[in-house]
Amino acid sequence: MNVRLYLWQRLTAAVIAPLVLVHVAVIFYATRKGLSAADILARTRGSLTWASFYGVFVVAAAIHATIGVRNVLTEWSPLRDRGAGLLASAFGVLLFLLGARAVVAVVLP
Amino acid sequence: MSLWRGGEEGRYETYKVPLRENQTVLDVVTFVQRHLDPTLSYRFACRVGMCGSCAMTVNGRPRWTCRTHVSRVAARGQLEIGPLENLPVIKDLTTDMRPFFEKWQQAKGAFVPSRTRREDFAPIRPDTPARIAADAAIECINCAICYAACDTVRWNSDYLGPAALNRAWTLVNDVRDGATSERLQAVAASGGCHACHSHQSCQELCPQQLNPTASIAGLKRRTMWAYLGGEI
Amino acid sequence: MTLRHLRHRQSALWLAALAHRLSGLALAVFLPLHFLTLGLAIRGEAPLESFLRWSDQPLVKLAESALIFLLMLHMLGGLRLLVIENLPWRDGQKQAATIAAGLSAAIAFFLLARMF
Repeated sequence: MNVRLYLWQRLTAAVIAPLVLVHVAVIFYATRKGLSAADILARTRGSLTWASFYGVFVVAAAIHATIGVRNVLTEWSPLRDRGAGLLASAFGVLLFLLGARAVVAVVLP
Repeated sequence: MSLWRGGEEGRYETYKVPLRENQTVLDVVTFVQRHLDPTLSYRFACRVGMCGSCAMTVNGRPRWTCRTHVSRVAARGQLEIGPLENLPVIKDLTTDMRPFFEKWQQAKGAFVPSRTRREDFAPIRPDTPARIAADAAIECINCAICYAACDTVRWNSDYLGPAALNRAWTLVNDVRDGATSERLQAVAASGGCHACHSHQSCQELCPQQLNPTASIAGLKRRTMWAYLGGEI
Repeated sequence: MTLRHLRHRQSALWLAALAHRLSGLALAVFLPLHFLTLGLAIRGEAPLESFLRWSDQPLVKLAESALIFLLMLHMLGGLRLLVIENLPWRDGQKQAATIAAGLSAAIAFFLLARMF
């Protein structure tokens, strides 16, 4: 890993940490209250706040996971920098697309 | 006790060695070579924990064999000695140290002067933060135990390794050195300090009680600021 | 890696690094599935609702708890690394790693207990 990837990895980690805590708390609250899908979607649909929150979360997580997976591939698989980077990037793009779709699914009014 | 015989391919062979009081692993290896099998190849020099030549893998851990007492490691009468890991094996217990030193060079682990003999000595105060940082890491004798212990070295053939990066850190903190930018560039590349995962096997096993993990963390900070500042 | 190689790899810090890596991989596998489930909402409330009801089962709740454990482990281990890398060196890394593991387990267990 070089300095550029390292910085993106650590930066996204720092961004994700507080988002994760909020997310876990939110999910825990929703579960305890026994919220139904309708209840949840009523709160998220059309909400700029939730869209921003989860939008940032998805982008950061996609970048963070991509770089992490790339590192693991270079060390634990026969792939080296280029191959590992390509495979990891493909995974990252998949994560981003699925994540964006999920965010859209819950915030679109 | 069993010793590795052969090159990269080989096997452990068993030898019976008399148990004595105050016996080091080096004593035992030497006994085998002198009395049982003169074809055994191994390295040592000072015998007193100053040169680092006698480093080998003892019961799975890299150690200085001259400073490892048999009574401490052969608790259940088992002693298995092999060459240092992560380095090519030449024969039996000797490894090719060239990759280790080549990476040292790659990390720019050599001092580059910035003054000539015609100028005054550079005044270095021992209590400046930079000098304290350099002094804490300076006593490396290149025994390669940290290199042998490091799993990132094992998994990533590009990784420069704890010793080379530790030395680079001491030089980055040396105000007399004139090649800081090049050095930071060298350790910020692929296989440089950012490949370290802070397992701390190096720090745990260094016989000089050095802490390459901390040195590498320092390099991560320095390269980060250098990169953000456009220096590298 | 043979058994012999595992001998010096029993230190808390090496295990912490392994846990960090394995939890990261597990989360990387989980995340696409998680997004797919949420994407059910695109087709309306009913598919999401039926999934939420399915996930009320104790076994699923247990799995979710394990997920939270992995998430906390990865995050706390990562924070420990961020401290090593950005702040002056502090000793006591083994203790910090052990506390991180314990805290993760405690949080996951607490959340599990409160879900029932």
